[in-house]
Amino acid sequence: MAKIDVQMVEDIAVGAALLGTGGGGDPYVGKLMAIQALEKNGPVELIDVDDVPDDALIVPAAMMGAPTVLVEKIPSGKEIFKAFDSLQNYLGKEIYAVIPIEAGGLNSMIPITVAAEKKLPLVDVDGMGRAFPELQMVTFHLYGVSATPMVLADEKGNSLLLNTINNFWTENLARNATVVMGGSVMIAIYPMYGRDLKKAGIRNIISYSAKIGRAIREARKNGDDPLDALLKATGGYTLFKGKISDVQRRTTGGFVRGEAHIDGIDQYKGETMIVDFQNENLIARRNGKVVATVPDLICTVDAHTALPITTEGLRYGQRVFILGIPCDEKWRSAKGIETVGPRYFGYDVDYVPVEELNKG
Amino acid sequence: MEYRIGIDVGGTNTDAVLVNEKMELVENIKVPTTKDVSSGIFEALHQVLAKSNVDRKKIKYAMLGTTHATNAIVERKRLCKTAIIRIGRPATEAIAPLVAWPKDLVEAVGNHYYLIAGGNEFDGREISPLDEDELRKIAQEIKGKVESVAVVSVFSPVSSKHELRAKEILQEVLGEIPISLSHEIGSIGLIERENATVLNAALVEVARTTANGFKDALAREGVTDAKVFLCQNDGTLMSIDYAMRYPILTIACGPTNSIRGAAFLSNLENAMVLDVGGTTSDIGIISQGFPRESSIAVEIGGVRTNFRMPDLISIGLGGGTIIREENGEVKVGPDSVGYRITEEALVFGGKTVTATDIAVRLGLAEVGSKEKVKDLPLEFAQKAYAKMQEMIDEAIDKIKTSKEPQPLVLVGGGSIIVGEKISGVSQVIRPNNFGVANALGAAIAQVSGEVDRIYSLSEMTREEALTDAKQLAVNEAIKAGANPETVNIVYVEDIPLAYLPGNAVRIRVKAAGDLI
Repeated sequence: MAKIDVQMVEDIAVGAALLGTGGGGDPYVGKLMAIQALEKNGPVELIDVDDVPDDALIVPAAMMGAPTVLVEKIPSGKEIFKAFDSLQNYLGKEIYAVIPIEAGGLNSMIPITVAAEKKLPLVDVDGMGRAFPELQMVTFHLYGVSATPMVLADEKGNSLLLNTINNFWTENLARNATVVMGGSVMIAIYPMYGRDLKKAGIRNIISYSAKIGRAIREARKNGDDPLDALLKATGGYTLFKGKISDVQRRTTGGFVRGEAHIDGIDQYKGETMIVDFQNENLIARRNGKVVATVPDLICTVDAHTALPITTEGLRYGQRVFILGIPCDEKWRSAKGIETVGPRYFGYDVDYVPVEELNKG
Repeated sequence: MEYRIGIDVGGTNTDAVLVNEKMELVENIKVPTTKDVSSGIFEALHQVLAKSNVDRKKIKYAMLGTTHATNAIVERKRLCKTAIIRIGRPATEAIAPLVAWPKDLVEAVGNHYYLIAGGNEFDGREISPLDEDELRKIAQEIKGKVESVAVVSVFSPVSSKHELRAKEILQEVLGEIPISLSHEIGSIGLIERENATVLNAALVEVARTTANGFKDALAREGVTDAKVFLCQNDGTLMSIDYAMRYPILTIACGPTNSIRGAAFLSNLENAMVLDVGGTTSDIGIISQGFPRESSIAVEIGGVRTNFRMPDLISIGLGGGTIIREENGEVKVGPDSVGYRITEEALVFGGKTVTATDIAVRLGLAEVGSKEKVKDLPLEFAQKAYAKMQEMIDEAIDKIKTSKEPQPLVLVGGGSIIVGEKISGVSQVIRPNNFGVANALGAAIAQVSGEVDRIYSLSEMTREEALTDAKQLAVNEAIKAGANPETVNIVYVEDIPLAYLPGNAVRIRVKAAGDLI
């Protein structure tokens, strides 16, 4: 059993932002909240998923909406507890532990705040192993876990309990409620038992995030190449290194779609890469050939510092390193690819694992 | 003939130039930067005027790029006690103002902060009405205890109503106290904008004494008919009145002035600029005559802000960089003899091998005495030069944004160490007067206006939103002193908000024009 302290929070924030594959927002505000909670309540216990009793109730805590709104309209800090407490009251059972729903800048931090304030353990598991834009895009969904009952709460004091017929309805209703509630809300969702979590969750994601953040931090401190450290910590594939020559964005159905055009530098001089994104990076093409697709992770980092860059932060002229990381095996099942494969996002491309696309 | 004076305060030197109305350089001077900054400025002003014999009544503009504000923050000195009023409760309660500030800086501005109800949503709706009663109570409480006030309302870049109303109420109770409103200082991102607004409020007194000191010094020299401006970090100017309201915008104007000066000297609108100093070199990009900006959060005195700063790559190579052999390998820096180069470098009779000595040994530059480096082994000099060249090539490659070779403008006192051949560079340009590019950048600067806000595209088209933002930016530029006929849009960016239906878009526009 590990303890999450302030240093580990810093590392998790960096690692999770990387695994957010361009989505999930800037962790800064979430990190300040988590650090405040730790300073007040002491370190948080991080437990292994196998140490969770089968009949224990586990609830993911998360922020839903636009990270750009959250960094301006900072939470009151009470929303997530309201969501948590209402769900617990509705279910009539004590919540045993909290988990993140995804690895992303912000949503890696919210559960740490909840665990610290509620003095609950945090389980080293999540439902994505990366970030995705919609509520049904979790491995819990693949195993038939229902997103509802769920509670959304805003900073004004409003909260909303949803019971839906399936997880797609949950996404639709919750997304629209989020806009009305001001663009950024806190949610308690996918309540489930330990036995389901063991089957459906993606294991060791928090310790993996911390390992990535630590590797980058230590490499920078020791004057080693942080990109090497990043490759070593993730077991990922170098997809490209270059300068952003153009970023195009458009909004459709509430999601920012766009593409980043990158001109190669160093060993990729003379080559080009285009990364398609819809909040998260979805497809990477080098010289027109697909070299990685969702659900594998396509991560954009600053070529100098190895620190992750969100798709909202992409700018002309930035020097970037593109890394491909194999996704969790659960996503590679037929239902996984149907839920989050390239075709779900509207691309006429078959999923081929990043390892196979980058052989040799 | 009319004239203008430009002064730029650097880490080592304070430079002053006098240019005529055709923007031709008439006179220039370098004096050492002083600890108090001001006496160095006065000395540079005095010397540049003494050297030239122009009629002082003919000097119509005086521009100053100074480090007063940066130094005040870094040294935590002369800062105003500031009250911080954040409007947005219950939102934002999770993170208190000043929470991530260094303790000594919090002490310097005083720990007076208040959270009250009000603020807006991203689409302009009110989170709740502004709590005016509470605000009046706070005003009574801070009366006589603070010298300046910072007001920050949630989503004020979208709707500034609550901040403006708060200012009215505070003035009713407190009279003529300086009040900094966040929507005039920064963009979306509450913590960063609040930090910048508080720093701004705390700097009001520093700005007043700096501006008045400069005005008085000009008057003492007989320059009584000049309009006076301070430089900001985007390469444009602010009037004294404007600067006293927005002193934070003067932070880090030095590198920007160098890049703008290089653009002016080389007559290029788009190029790379390499500014070689004594210890380090900065490489930046001129795009449409302005420095390209970085999008990374910038820390000032240990405080995170969302200022846009010029995108620079700094490398540890300058004219005074020490060259040595270690274990059979030639090492370049990172240490430097700095301003002591005229005593310590071989060519000046010293005992330390510097980058300048290597350039002279290889016949690339002529300074000091060539005789004094003739004993440096040629092979050693060539190896060292290859390393220096490699550092420059690498930095150029990093900053370049186009595959095509681009011109490179060389400025700064140390630029003699750079050779003619650099990969990816179409042409190396060494303009005359390259040593005072920074002060020239100050002298030739324009004025600008900027807008950064979120538009909801449910009620207007993207085109309408862009037009509105552009008009607001143009108005701001005119307000800052630009001649309306010369105002151009120099920067447009629009980014849709992620994860939200309803097509909200964040638009940022900058306009700039010549001084009236």
